[in-house]
Amino acid sequence: MLSIKNLSAAINGKTILKGLNLEVKEGEVHAIMGPNGSGKSTLASVIAGRETFEVTEGEVTYLGSNLLDMPAETRAREGIFMGFQYPVEIPGVSIANFMRTAINEKRKYLGLEPMTGAEFLKLMEEKKKMVDIQSKLTNRSVNEGFSGGEKKKNEIFQMALLEPKLSILDETDSGLDIDALKVVANGINLLRRKDNATVVITHYQRLLDFIIPDFVHVLFDGRIIRSGGKELAIELEEKGYDWVKKEK
Amino acid sequence: MENNSDKILEEVTGSDYKYGFYTDIEMDQAPKGLSEDTVRFISAKKNEPEFMLEFRLKAFRHWQTLGEPDWAHVNYPPIDYQDIIYYSAPKKKATYESMDEVDPELLETFEKLGIPLEEQKMLAGVAVDAVMDSVSVGSTFKKTLAEQGIIFCSFSEALQKHPELIKKYMGTVVPYTDNFFAALNSAVFSDGSFAYIPKGVKCPLELSTYFRINAANTGQFERTLIVAEEGSYVSYMEGCTAPIRDENQLHAAIVEIIAHKDAEVKYSTVQNWWPGDKEGKGGVYNFVTKRGICEGDRSKISWTQVETGSAITWKYPSLVLKGDYSSGEFYSVAVTNNYQQADTGTKMIHLGRNTKSTIISKGISAGHSNNSYRGLVKATRRAENARNFSQCDSLLLGDQCGAHTFPYLDVGNRSTIVEHEATTSKISEDQLFYCLQRGIDMEGAIGLIVNGYAKEVLSKLPMEFAVEAQKLLSISLEGSVG
Repeated sequence: MLSIKNLSAAINGKTILKGLNLEVKEGEVHAIMGPNGSGKSTLASVIAGRETFEVTEGEVTYLGSNLLDMPAETRAREGIFMGFQYPVEIPGVSIANFMRTAINEKRKYLGLEPMTGAEFLKLMEEKKKMVDIQSKLTNRSVNEGFSGGEKKKNEIFQMALLEPKLSILDETDSGLDIDALKVVANGINLLRRKDNATVVITHYQRLLDFIIPDFVHVLFDGRIIRSGGKELAIELEEKGYDWVKKEK
Repeated sequence: MENNSDKILEEVTGSDYKYGFYTDIEMDQAPKGLSEDTVRFISAKKNEPEFMLEFRLKAFRHWQTLGEPDWAHVNYPPIDYQDIIYYSAPKKKATYESMDEVDPELLETFEKLGIPLEEQKMLAGVAVDAVMDSVSVGSTFKKTLAEQGIIFCSFSEALQKHPELIKKYMGTVVPYTDNFFAALNSAVFSDGSFAYIPKGVKCPLELSTYFRINAANTGQFERTLIVAEEGSYVSYMEGCTAPIRDENQLHAAIVEIIAHKDAEVKYSTVQNWWPGDKEGKGGVYNFVTKRGICEGDRSKISWTQVETGSAITWKYPSLVLKGDYSSGEFYSVAVTNNYQQADTGTKMIHLGRNTKSTIISKGISAGHSNNSYRGLVKATRRAENARNFSQCDSLLLGDQCGAHTFPYLDVGNRSTIVEHEATTSKISEDQLFYCLQRGIDMEGAIGLIVNGYAKEVLSKLPMEFAVEAQKLLSISLEGSVG
C-alpha cells in the first residue's frame, strides 16, 4: 500500500529525514517509536503532503502511484488520513459542517453524488456511537474550546467518518489520561480492517498496550534503525532509547 | 512557512469577478454633466410634483458650496462630476402586469446572476422589486402587501401616488445638507424604493430589491425611504452585483429609515458591485449615506450588511436612538481583496433614555486591500443609562493587506456604559493544512474559515440571503468569496 524508499526531507533548509525506508501493507498496523526530535512528526507531515516540508530525495509510492506528485487534498481524497498531534481550532465552523464538506469533496473527486443532509446525519450518528463521542460535540466549532481528550477523540471520529485506507496517527496518545486513551485506542481498533492500514506514531509504549501492532520501528536521527514485532516496544520501554542509540 | 502560505493565499484570492457581463438595453439618458438644467431635466423626465423639483434645486445649490470629504482612509483620483451621466432609464417603460412583459434580455441578466425573478417569485415570502439602473421594471406580491395597507414601490411611483408621505418624511433623517454625497444624491437621484408599513401591521413578506448598475458612465443615485408606523414590523433586503466596466462608476445612495413607537425595522444588504480588476483598475465607488431614526419609544432598527464589492466603499449605516428604550444594531462583514478600499462602520447616537446599541463588525482583508472600521458611539446628556457594546474583529489573508480600526466615543453622561472589544487575526497555515488534509481544497478551506469567522453576522441575515451571502464571501476571496 505504502512504500517509502530512501526518503530525505528538510524544513527551512534543515534536513530531518535522512534516507528512511518503510513498507506498509493492507491489514497491517505499524508503530513508529522514537525519542523527541527523531523525525516522527516530519514523516507524518511528508506523507500527508504538507508543503512546508521539502522532499530532497527518495520516493514514496501509494497504491501504485507516486504520492509525492499529489497535492495534499488529493492524498486525503485518495484515502490518506492524518490524525494530528495538535488539532487546530476553526472558529465558527461546526464539526458537522466541516465533515460534510470533507466527505462531499471526496465523493466529488470519486465521481459520486454528494451526500444529502439526512444521509450525512445518519452516518454521523452511527459513527458517534462507534467512537463513543458525545452528540453535542459535533455542533460545536471544530476543536474550539475542546479539552485535549476531546480533540483527540474528534480526530478519531473524523477518521471513522472518512473511512481512510491509510491512517497516520501522530502522537494521538499524547496528553491523554488513561480513560481517554482507552476510548481512542478502542476507536482505532474498531476501524481496523483487512483492507486498510494504520501507522501509529508514538513516544511511549503505553498506547501499544491497547493497540497491538504487527510491526514496531524505531526512528532515530531521520532513519529507521531497528524494526521488529510488538516485543520490540516492550524491550524499548525497559531499556530506554539510549539502548538503540548506542547500538547504532 | 509564512511566505509559503501567503503565496498560496495570493494565488487563491487573485481570481476574477464572476458576475462580469453587460446587458445592452436601449437607454434614454440625460446629457453628460451636472447643472440646474440637468436637475430640471431629471425632474421633468419623471413628471415630478413641484415640491420635489424645489428640493432637488436647493440640494444642488447647496452641493455647489461643498467640497468632497477627504477624511476617510481611502485614495482615489479626483472625480470629474461634469463627466458623468446623471440619468438613464431603460426605454421600455416600467410597471408590467406580468413577468412576460419584461424585456427578455433583462430577465437573462438576472438568470446569469443566479437570481432569476422567476425563482425569486417562487421563493416563499419574498416580494421582489427589481431595479435595473434607475427605473423599476417589475414588482411582485404587490397585492398581498396592498391588502394589509403596505406600500412597497419605486420611489418615482410613490412620488406620483403618495406625494404627501414623501414630502413628510424625505430628508428628515438624512437632510440634503448632511454631506457632499447626500447633497449630490438629493439633487440628482433617479429612483429607488419606498416602503410604508401602517400602524400595527407586521409585514408578512421579506421586502427585497435588487439594484444593478448597468449603463456605461452612469452614476447611480438611489434613494430608499422606509417608514414603519407605530407597532409595525418589516424586514427589508437589498442586494446587488454589477457588470465589469473600465471606467469607475460613482454610486451615491441614500437610505432613510423611520421607526415610530414600538416599531421594528430590519435592513439587510448584500453588496457585490464590481471591485475593479486585480491591478485595481476600474470598479464602483460606493459613497453611501444610510441612516435610521428610532423616533418612538421602544422602537428598534438593525442594519446587517455583507460588503464584498466596490473599488471603494464609504459607508456608515447609522442610527439615531431618539425614543426612550429604543435600540439599534449594526452587524457587518466587509471583505476587501486585490486593491479594494473600504472605510465602513456605524454611528450610534444615543439621545433617549435607556437606549441600547450593539455593534459587531468583521473585516476581512486580502490581496493589497485596505479595510477600515470607523465608528462613533455618542451619548448625550439626556441619554441616561445608555448602553453600547462594540466588537470589531479583523481577519488578514496574506501580508500585503491592511486592517484599521477607528473607534470614536463621545459620552456626555455618567450613567453610560460602553464596552469595546477588538481582535486581529490571520488565517494560519495550520488551519489551511488541517482542511487540505481532510480533502478540502484551498479555495474551499478559505471559504469555510472565512464563513466561520463571519458566522455571527451571517446568522443575522434572512435565510435566503444568508445562503447567497455565504456564496459571495467564497467567490470574493477565490474567488474572492472566501
